[in-house]
Amino acid sequence: MAMAREFLRQNGCVSLDEGSFNKRAVLRDSLAVAIPVGTYGAAFGAASIAAGFSVLQTCILSLLLFSGASQFAVVGVMGAGGSALSAIATGSLLGLRNGLYGMRMSPVLKLQGLKKIIGAQLTIDESTGVAIGQEVRGVNASRYGFWATGIGVYVFWNLFTLLGALGAQSIGDPSAWGLDAAVPAAFLGLVWPRLVDKKTKLIALSAIALALILIPIAPAGVPIIATVAIAIIVGWKKP
Amino acid sequence: MNALWTATLITSFICFFLKLLGYSLPESILNRPVIQRINSLIPIALLSALVAVQTFGAEKSVVIDHRLVGVLVAAIALRFGANFPSMMFLAAIASAVTYNF
Repeated sequence: MAMAREFLRQNGCVSLDEGSFNKRAVLRDSLAVAIPVGTYGAAFGAASIAAGFSVLQTCILSLLLFSGASQFAVVGVMGAGGSALSAIATGSLLGLRNGLYGMRMSPVLKLQGLKKIIGAQLTIDESTGVAIGQEVRGVNASRYGFWATGIGVYVFWNLFTLLGALGAQSIGDPSAWGLDAAVPAAFLGLVWPRLVDKKTKLIALSAIALALILIPIAPAGVPIIATVAIAIIVGWKKP
Repeated sequence: MNALWTATLITSFICFFLKLLGYSLPESILNRPVIQRINSLIPIALLSALVAVQTFGAEKSVVIDHRLVGVLVAAIALRFGANFPSMMFLAAIASAVTYNF
């Protein structure tokens, strides 16, 4: 954490003279999100190995892709025998929202050059969520929350990815350890908080039905990507 | 380059590019309500489809096996407010027990 704080100071993300927000409180909020989320990296590491990816590929996904749902999707589609194209399409569509988060954070962070590259890579559900949550404490608190959460998740996510991958590699048959069920359970856990009303639940059930219908007749990966049509049809008309 | 490497590197590149694009585009383009609505629904559709395929899919057939037990346990755990790691842990145990016995 000292490292993260040093990074924040060096890059002027935190103006030390403007003590207009409770830094300790923001840091606590950030770490309360970063540490538990980071540990899920172990689940990804294990799932990735179970899907046939190497430890190196698994770690590269966490280092370079760094977006949980997209990472699970890539290993999920490839593990189910899908083509690279289906995996890329599914992972990328799930990564679209990070672009929208970037647009939301852009006027708050005002990034240029290398900081823009690093900031963009750290733009995920958690960093954006904490940053928005801290806006009531002021724009400096919001920036601090973004960097502290982003760096925190990045460090812990990558560390636990490696541990999960090495752990899974040494245990043999993934089914005997329940890893093949842990992957769909992870997707269920990711979608669960989004099912907030009748419409979202109906979309989820329709997507499940469409995917099951397509499994026997479409190439692997297509049953997943095809369900984007449901999101487009439902989202097209005004609520 | 095999398919796993292709998927790993190209998805990583595209997803990073999408993140960077957010910081580079004028807000007006992607701020249109229809884009916002569709974007918020895409993860629900894709993640639900992934639950289905990972639970029931086996090559080109739909099967019911030990994985369904794990996923049902996960749903029950989520229903009762379990956190992510304990939910996955319970799902794995339930599936492993069904698979091994």
